Amino acid sequence: MNDFIFAAAFYGLAGMTILSAAGVVFLKDIVHSALMLALSFIGVAGLYVLLNADFLAAVQILVYGGAVAILIAFGVMLTRRRNMKESNPNNRWVIYASFVSAAFFAICGWALMGTDFKPVGQQVNPEAAVEGLASLLLGDYVVAFESAAVLLLVALVGAIILAKGAKEA
Amino acid sequence: MNMSLLSTEILTAVLACGLLILCLLSPNKEKHRGIGYATLFGLLAILVTTFFQYGINETTFHELWIHDDYSVFMKELFLVAAILVTLSSIDFVDTLPRFRSEYYSLIVFAALGMMVMASANDLVTIYVGMELMTITFFVLVAYVLGNGRSSEAGVKYLLLGAASSAVLLFGMSLLYGLTGTTVIPEMMAKLHWSPALVIAVVTLIAGFGFKISAVPFHMWSPDIYEGAPTPITGYLAVASKAAGFAVLVRVFIDGLPLQNGVDWLTVMSVLAGITMVIGNVVAIPQTNIKRMLAYSSVAQAGYLLVGLMSADAAGVKGILFYAMLYVVANMGAFAVAIVVAKELGTEEIPDYAGLAIRQPLLASVMTISLLSLAGIPPLAGFVGKLYLFSAIMDKGVLWPAFVGFVMSMVSVYYYLNVALYMWRDEPKDNRPIHVPGAIKFTVLFAMVATVFFGIYPGPLAEVATMAAKSLF
Repeated sequence: MNDFIFAAAFYGLAGMTILSAAGVVFLKDIVHSALMLALSFIGVAGLYVLLNADFLAAVQILVYGGAVAILIAFGVMLTRRRNMKESNPNNRWVIYASFVSAAFFAICGWALMGTDFKPVGQQVNPEAAVEGLASLLLGDYVVAFESAAVLLLVALVGAIILAKGAKEA
Repeated sequence: MNMSLLSTEILTAVLACGLLILCLLSPNKEKHRGIGYATLFGLLAILVTTFFQYGINETTFHELWIHDDYSVFMKELFLVAAILVTLSSIDFVDTLPRFRSEYYSLIVFAALGMMVMASANDLVTIYVGMELMTITFFVLVAYVLGNGRSSEAGVKYLLLGAASSAVLLFGMSLLYGLTGTTVIPEMMAKLHWSPALVIAVVTLIAGFGFKISAVPFHMWSPDIYEGAPTPITGYLAVASKAAGFAVLVRVFIDGLPLQNGVDWLTVMSVLAGITMVIGNVVAIPQTNIKRMLAYSSVAQAGYLLVGLMSADAAGVKGILFYAMLYVVANMGAFAVAIVVAKELGTEEIPDYAGLAIRQPLLASVMTISLLSLAGIPPLAGFVGKLYLFSAIMDKGVLWPAFVGFVMSMVSVYYYLNVALYMWRDEPKDNRPIHVPGAIKFTVLFAMVATVFFGIYPGPLAEVATMAAKSLF
């Protein structure tokens, strides 16, 4: 019974993630796309919960479902466009692109089905997981962590330079 | 935990942040040439410290970070490239409307990202370092504010770069799924043939192939090279490509097994072959100097891939040696293009007519740099190609050398085409062209280094051999 609930939850969440991700691409109104993106992020958060990664799921909802989705909505609103119809059009390559994507999906599906993945890592209880994550980030992975901090600084500086533009304001 | 293995990165990060603070403190209206010189001396000082770091082959953070001669050599290459780019940027930065001083700190941040890539021994650190470099380049490519072409190039690079990162991440996640580790040397023992490994190798090659602009992942480079500010084009062409090779070599040689694994050597051979052919053939009809150099840099990536085909110390030594000379020769050519673009307002090759009369120094440097890229003896490019192709010939494989030889002959045609315009044709007007001091130093250095290492390659080859051996 437990396995059945797990499988049902997995397929439900995975379907929600994929369908809403498809909605991001195919919906014509970019605000609808942004909302679909938020839904897709929440689906991923659900998958994290199923994998016992509670902390990651919380971060996913906070950062992606909350902050990123709202930022996109703000970005859309601030670009001052009255009519949102046809604000997210497809280009003329859509048919070729769907063939390529379908082929890539088929190849990846075949490859992943044909491979025997072994479980990695070991089960830990959620509280220990957060603690372990913290000591990994500030311990062994500190170079990547600090580089990401520098990366954010560069992104901020770059965003200011590019957004303020050439005119003195 | 041995923090001293991170000293070069820490110094570079301190320099970049210090420059950023200096930008905030200095008055807004000034030209900020001083910050350019501060960048220059800071980078030079760091370069000097790296010479004392050879011979330390250690890992720290449970093997996540590696400090070996190979990474030190690569870091020196990035620093030399950053120094030459800074030198050739000083006059260009004067023409920017705003945010002049931040430009220099971004150059240093990009170098920091490359250094992290060179020393990273696990996939997560490689990825973060690569993003640090790439995102800095997005900003630098679009740096000429108010210029549509620069902004267009920036957006194109952002979209394509993000897509290639996604492909690369997909491959990395498959490797983690297959092995349960992200540490490169640990993956070697745990990988064996499976369909998922094939997908992982293909996506890794696509992701890294984008960075080194190997055919068929080279489509972005001509447009972006043309639109970006010329010093940044040079930086992209030499340092970003070398950083791509730094991780490509480490991941494939140290991490992906050839026996019982996926035969990536064959894929690399095919890639090297078509990259050499297409890069050189498409370069022929180009009339814009930056587009021509873009396709030539695609072709150079093909030569460098030949070094990876032999998958031994001799091949990697060829890559390291050639990459260093490629930095020098390419920066020489780009520095000349910077002056010509500034003084004559053109990037078209026919407008180089009579440059030998108007400014013999620039014409000589351009000619020597291009001939070195073509691999004409006694210039350094010839020695580099000799190392690359002799490494694969020692393995009994002759066709890469044959293709490389024929394609080098083809490349002589379009390289000499530029020389022909410069030396044969009459200039439209005879006024001499003024060469600013900083650029004069860049081109002189490029010329002297290209000739010197062509005649006397010994010392650099020895260092490259030592660096290559530390990988095996």
